[in-house]
Amino acid sequence: MQQMTRRADPAPSRWAYKVQRMWLTPSFRTGLRVGLPVVAVALALGVYLGNEQRRTDLFASVEAVKRDFQERPEFMVQTLAVEGANEKTQKAIEELLPASFPLSSFDLNLGELRDQIREIDAVKDVSLQIRTGGVLQVAVDERVPVALWRGPEGVEVIDAYGVRADKLSTRVERPDLPLIVGEGAKKNVTQALELIAAATPIRERVRGIVRVSNRRWDLVLDRDQRILLPEQGAVHALERVIALAQAKELLARDVAVVDMRLADRPTIRMTEIAHKELLRVRGHKAED
Amino acid sequence: MIELYETQRAMRGLRKAALQRGVIAILDVGTSKIACLVLRFDRTDAFVEGEDIGSMAGQAGFRVVGAATTRSRGVRFGEIDAMAETERAIRTVVQAAQKMAGVRVDHVIATFSGARPRSYGLAGSVELDGQQVTEEDIGCVLASCDVPDYGAGREVLHAQPVNFALDHRSGMIDPRGQIGNTLSCDMHMLTVDASVIQNLAYCIKRCDLELAGVASSAYVSGTSALIEDEKELGAACIDLGGGTTGLSIFMRKHMIYADTVRMGGDHVTSDISMGLQVPMTTAERIKTFYGGVYATGMDDRELIDLDGDSGDWEHDRRTVSRTELIGIMRPRVEEILEEVRARLDAAGFDHMPSQQIVLTGGGSQIPGLDGLASKILGQQVRLGRPLRVHGLPQAATGPGFASAVGLCCFAAHPQDEWWDFDMPVERYPARSLQRAMKWFKDNW
Repeated sequence: MQQMTRRADPAPSRWAYKVQRMWLTPSFRTGLRVGLPVVAVALALGVYLGNEQRRTDLFASVEAVKRDFQERPEFMVQTLAVEGANEKTQKAIEELLPASFPLSSFDLNLGELRDQIREIDAVKDVSLQIRTGGVLQVAVDERVPVALWRGPEGVEVIDAYGVRADKLSTRVERPDLPLIVGEGAKKNVTQALELIAAATPIRERVRGIVRVSNRRWDLVLDRDQRILLPEQGAVHALERVIALAQAKELLARDVAVVDMRLADRPTIRMTEIAHKELLRVRGHKAED
Repeated sequence: MIELYETQRAMRGLRKAALQRGVIAILDVGTSKIACLVLRFDRTDAFVEGEDIGSMAGQAGFRVVGAATTRSRGVRFGEIDAMAETERAIRTVVQAAQKMAGVRVDHVIATFSGARPRSYGLAGSVELDGQQVTEEDIGCVLASCDVPDYGAGREVLHAQPVNFALDHRSGMIDPRGQIGNTLSCDMHMLTVDASVIQNLAYCIKRCDLELAGVASSAYVSGTSALIEDEKELGAACIDLGGGTTGLSIFMRKHMIYADTVRMGGDHVTSDISMGLQVPMTTAERIKTFYGGVYATGMDDRELIDLDGDSGDWEHDRRTVSRTELIGIMRPRVEEILEEVRARLDAAGFDHMPSQQIVLTGGGSQIPGLDGLASKILGQQVRLGRPLRVHGLPQAATGPGFASAVGLCCFAAHPQDEWWDFDMPVERYPARSLQRAMKWFKDNW
């Protein structure tokens, strides 16, 4: 029996031929291999996130997972421990910190917090540390107040570097600290302190020390007495005045100014009343 | 003439573009098989300075990266007969070659053997007034050749300058830079039936490919089967194909004559089929396995089974001796060779200094053919196989692939043709500026 079979045509159809040629095109292959997945993913994301509700849900769930992790007990800060600060500074620091403990350590920005605490006048330096057991340790290095400075804005407590450590409403609040006044006084606190130290024998009478012309010092005593000190060798000049005062009771007399600016020629100015009295004693008539 | 110049220039432009891209396909549309080779050109050794023989020469290194063959369909006498069938066959072979090469090819150089080629020798000359010969002068002298009336419906396939003469010195290959008064040239022009080229171009266009060049099969198989000495001294290449037998005569490395005998291996097969009452496929198989042209006493005793499936036992169980087969084949082969002899005589081959004849093509594999051919064509006959090219599969190195391999060489080292030289300005039609304007308008 002869088989009536037709052999299959070996030729590709027009479409098979075109498709094969298309597949051999490099740009088409690259487009399909790279472009198609990118487009598909972008399309899927676009469709999914196109809905407002789904977008908020997604963000909320991501946020919730994040919060869950951050609020684990290992990361919680329970208490605050402030070291090296007096009560007033401690109160100021507590005001700066976020209101309520416990608090996640992820929410604490220690660097920013440190900068804020440094803004407090009384704080020279501070280091913050979250210690195990959920303790936020604030180690404060306070400024040491050495003097008071009276300026246009009022009375300030300053440390040895002339930096403000506190503000006072009246001088009476810190009677233990000497008062410094005048332009440029803040920058030369050390000199002022040396002079104050030299004036220890007349400590009760010293009211303050004044920087004159940003150049030299005047020591002001009560009863409006002044000791004018030179630019150079001020401590030595002051010691001379104190020696005079102890030997001849110079300052107990009716003297307005002891001028020590010229070391060779110390000068004394008397008060108006003392001057008249002296003239009277010498037998002169009053001028007026 | 202008239209021809333009189309050939356009094809040359496409070929250049393809070489730039580095991939080009070779398509040999034969009567018995269609072969496709995909070539990859590497541009590293593309151009050697100072060795610019032709405008496209120097495109040296190429490699065959894809090769495919399929049984031809719809082709008779080297011409496309059933277009849809041929288109399918071209698709098959191009797809297979692309798949092997792994690249997509867009440009195709095609060759075919039929279309009644006819050779013309042209001569032209120009006056130079003692100037140096420049490239424009060569264009001028080529344009001054008086073109014969080759008839309507014909088209020029090749127009190659084969010889230049300056004053009384003849036989120059490259007259550029020399000084003389009269430059004359001889040109070989090959015309074919225009409809055949149109059909082929249409088929290739239907396969989404662009035709980047056409060549005559006789010419390209000559370039690959002849060795350099034979091309230089003078030789004829006879390409025994399936439906046609192409012959080309080469001298001084140029083709000077080409013709086609419209008979080939298929006619031998059909003789066997008719003589032995067997189908064509069986006849083809018997021819390739047992064929020959010289019978010996041994062949009387070698019996060939003629299998059939008609159902008739007596018919299906016949045997035939090999002598009988040779008796059928030999007269047809002799007829083909005698026809070739007549064409060679008409071309004046017996006046050539060297009369080497090279047989190639699938039909040259018949055992004993060289002996028979030397009796008919002359003493100097040899069997030729194509050149070896890089990457050609073993299956495609036989003599049947001479024209495909020759086309590779044609793509890599094209011969200078008339249209490779710029046409002299005064020969351009005055409307060229208008045409340029029209092109701008059409394209923008």
